[in-house]
Amino acid sequence: MSLVISRTARTAGRVASAACVAAALTIGSAAHAVDNLKILVPANPGGGWDQTGRAMQQVLQGAGLVKSIQVDNKGGAGGTIGLAQFVNSAKGDGNAIIVSGLVMVGAIITNKSPVNLTQVTPIARLTGEFEVIAVPANSPLKSMDDLVTAWKKDPGKMAWAGGSAGGTDHITVGLLAKAVGIDATKINYVAHSGGGEAVAQLLGGHLPVGVNGYAEFQAQIEAGKLRALGISSPKRLPGVNVPTFIEQNIKVEIANWRGVFGAPGITAAQKKDLSDTIDKMVKTPAWKEILKKNSWADFYLTSDEYAKYVTEENTRVTAILKDIGLVK
Amino acid sequence: METIDALLGGFAVALTWQNLLWALIGVTLGTAVGVLPGIGPALTVALLLPVTAKLASTSAFIMFAGIYYGAMYGGSTTSILLNTPGESASIITAVEGHLMARKGRGGSALATAAIGSFVAGTLATIALTFFAPLVVDLALQFGPAEYFALSVLAFITVTAVLGSSIARGLASLFLGLALGMVGIDMQTGQSRLAFGVPSLLDGIEVVVVAVGLFAVGETLYAASRYKYGADQIIPLKGSLWMTAEEWARSWKAWLRGTFIGFPIGAMPAGGAEIPTFLSYYVEKRLSKHPEEFGKGAIEGVAGPEAANNASAAGVLVPLLSLGLPTSATAAILLAAFQQYGLQPGPLLFQNEPQLVWGLIASLYIGNVMLLVLNLPLVGVWVRLLTIPRPLLYAGILVFATLGTYGYRQSEFDLALLIGIGFLGFLMRRFDFPVAPVIIGLVLGPLSEQQFRRALAISQGDMTVFLTHPISALLLAVSVVALVAPAVWRWRKRFRPA
Repeated sequence: MSLVISRTARTAGRVASAACVAAALTIGSAAHAVDNLKILVPANPGGGWDQTGRAMQQVLQGAGLVKSIQVDNKGGAGGTIGLAQFVNSAKGDGNAIIVSGLVMVGAIITNKSPVNLTQVTPIARLTGEFEVIAVPANSPLKSMDDLVTAWKKDPGKMAWAGGSAGGTDHITVGLLAKAVGIDATKINYVAHSGGGEAVAQLLGGHLPVGVNGYAEFQAQIEAGKLRALGISSPKRLPGVNVPTFIEQNIKVEIANWRGVFGAPGITAAQKKDLSDTIDKMVKTPAWKEILKKNSWADFYLTSDEYAKYVTEENTRVTAILKDIGLVK
Repeated sequence: METIDALLGGFAVALTWQNLLWALIGVTLGTAVGVLPGIGPALTVALLLPVTAKLASTSAFIMFAGIYYGAMYGGSTTSILLNTPGESASIITAVEGHLMARKGRGGSALATAAIGSFVAGTLATIALTFFAPLVVDLALQFGPAEYFALSVLAFITVTAVLGSSIARGLASLFLGLALGMVGIDMQTGQSRLAFGVPSLLDGIEVVVVAVGLFAVGETLYAASRYKYGADQIIPLKGSLWMTAEEWARSWKAWLRGTFIGFPIGAMPAGGAEIPTFLSYYVEKRLSKHPEEFGKGAIEGVAGPEAANNASAAGVLVPLLSLGLPTSATAAILLAAFQQYGLQPGPLLFQNEPQLVWGLIASLYIGNVMLLVLNLPLVGVWVRLLTIPRPLLYAGILVFATLGTYGYRQSEFDLALLIGIGFLGFLMRRFDFPVAPVIIGLVLGPLSEQQFRRALAISQGDMTVFLTHPISALLLAVSVVALVAPAVWRWRKRFRPA
C-alpha cells in the first residue's frame, strides 16, 4: 500500500553519496582475506538495513578489501523471512553475511520465528541510532520531569505517537515507564506506519507526545515546531542540543543498533577472515564519512563482545515486550 | 508578488537546456515505469539515486519530478487498454476505461486521461505554488477521528461499483475487507489471518490483488470464452480523437477530480486511492448518463484520472513545506534531498529557494511535456488492441507476472497473483464485481487503524467522532449521501412530475 513508508526510507539516499568518497580511495591491497561476499539484506530496498548493506558494499569494494560483492534483498516480517532463508541456505558458507539489528530481535520474539539469532555467527555490531522524545512546540511540557509528572498522574491520557507496535519506539517507551515506575500495561501507545505520519499527528496536536529515531524528528526540532525533551544516547550528541534521559535522572539508554552475522556452522578461520575484513572496513575514512552523513553513531563491537551484547539485548527486549503485554 | 518572482526565478532555472533535457528524460522514464505494474516511481527513483549522485541537485530533482508525474500518466495507459492497473491509484481508471476501450473508444479514454491529467496536474501545481502553507494547515487538522470519518465517506463510494446485485457487490466488499486484515496488526503487533505463513505477516499488497483480479482474472475469463477461428479484433469506432460530446462530458469531471484529489493528496494519511474512489462516485451521481457507468462512461475515466494526478501534486505540499513524506515516492524524494545535504523541512523554502522553485517550475514544464508526449502516442497505443487475442492475452500475463515479481522479488507474491487471478476468473464467471474488493482492501485497514487510534487517544470515548467538527461534518455528508438517493426515489414515486 502506498501509504506504508519504511520509517527509515527517508534516509535511503544518503548512502549513495558515499560512492564518490569510496571511489576516491586508491584501490590496492594485495591479499584478500575474503575474495567475494554475499550480503543478504532482510528488508526491501530503502530502509536502514538496506542502507547498511549497500554502504558496506561500497566501502569494502572501494577500499579493495573484497573483490566482488553481491547484495540481495529478502524483505518481510521484521527480517525474519530473510533470516530463515539465510539459516537454511547459507550453512557453512564463509562468504555470506546477513544484516540484522534490534528490530529483528523484537520481530523474532513477537512473530514466534522458527529461526533466531543464536543460529547464526555474530561478526560485528556496526551502527546505532538514538531515540528522541518530542512534544508539539505549544505543549506545556518542558522537560522529562514535566512529562513524567503528567504521565504518572494519568497514564492513559499520555498517548504516545510512534512507529510500529513492538518496535524500537515502543520498546523505548516501555523502558522509560519501567525506569520511572509506571505500570507498563498502562502505556497508551498509538502505532503509526511511518515517521512522517507520526510527525504530522504531533504537529497537528492530535497526540501529546511522540517518540522516534532522532533523524525522523530532526527537521521539525530544528525548525522549532517540535520540542525535544530527551534523547536515549549515553552522552549528548555533538551538534544536537538535546539533554539525555540519563542527565535528567532517568536511567534509560537504547539505540536502534545494526550489525552483521555470518552463516551457521562456519569454521573459526572463516569467522576470523570475516571479522578481520569488517575490522579493516570500519577503520576506513569512507566508512567514517558514511556514519557522519547518516548521523549513525559508531557502534562497532567485535565478534565476541557482539555475541554477548545480542544475548543481553534479547533478554532485555523479551522482558520489555512481556511487560507491555505484546508477548505472553 | 513575492511568489510570482520566485516562480519566475524557478522557470529561469528549469528552462536551461540541460534541465529541460533532464525533465524530458524524467517524463519518458516515468511514463515507461508507470506502464509496468508494480514498478512504480518510488522504486525507479531509489534505483537512480546512486547514478545521479554526481548530478547537480536541481537537475536531479527536475528529473525526479518528471518521473513522478510521468508514472501517473503511464499508469492509466495499461489500465485502459489492458485492464492492468500499474499502481493502485489507477484501479478506478481500469474499471471504466477498459470498458470504453472494449467499446472501441480506447482513443478517447486515453485522450481524456491524458488531458485530464494535464489539467489536474497544472491546476494542482498552481495550488501548490500559491496555497501550500494554507493547505498544509488544513491537512494537519486531520487526526484519527477525521481520517476515520473520511474513510466512512469513502466507503459510500462502493455503491457506485456494486454492479447489478447488491448482495454480490457486498460479498466482494467483505472479501476485500478480509484480505485487508491479513498480516500483523499495527496497534498490537499480533498476526491475523496469516495462518503461520511468514510471507503473509506483512499483509497482502493492493497492487498484487488488483493485477490478479483485473488483468489475470479478466484474461483467463476472456481466454475461456475464446473460440478458434472466431478471432474478433476490437474495432476502433468513430474518431480516434474525443468528440465534442466527450469534451463536454469531460471538462467538468476534470475540474471536480482536481478539487477532490489535491486536498486529500496533501493529507498525511490521505493517499491517492481515496480521491479516485470519491471522484468516481461523484461523477456517477452527477452524470446525465448514469446508465453508462459500468459500461464505459467517459466521466468515470476523466474524473478519477484528474483526481489521481492532483493528489500526486498534493503529496508535494507536506513534503516541501514540512519535510513530511506521505507516500512511498515522497519518502524516496526526501532521501534524495538528504543525499544532497539538504535539510527538508519547514526551512527548505527559505534555505533553498532556487531548488524548490526550480522543482515547482519543472512540474509545470513536465506536465506540458507529458501532454505532448502522450497525445500523439494515443494512436500508437490503441493499436495494441489490434494484436491477435492469443498473443495479447499471453502478453498481458507475462506483463502482469513481471511487474508483480519486480515489486519485491517475492515468489510468494507470484503464487498469490495466480491464486487471486483464478479467484478473479471465478468472480467474473459468476458475475461478482471486482472493484469492491479493492475498495475494501484499501479502506478497511485505514478505517480500522484510524478508528482504534481515535479511541485510544480519547480512551474509549466514542463521542470524539461527533465532537470534532470536521469528523462530524464528514459523517453527516456520508449519511446524506447514503440516504438521499433512496429518499429521492421515494419522493419521485409518490409525487409524479
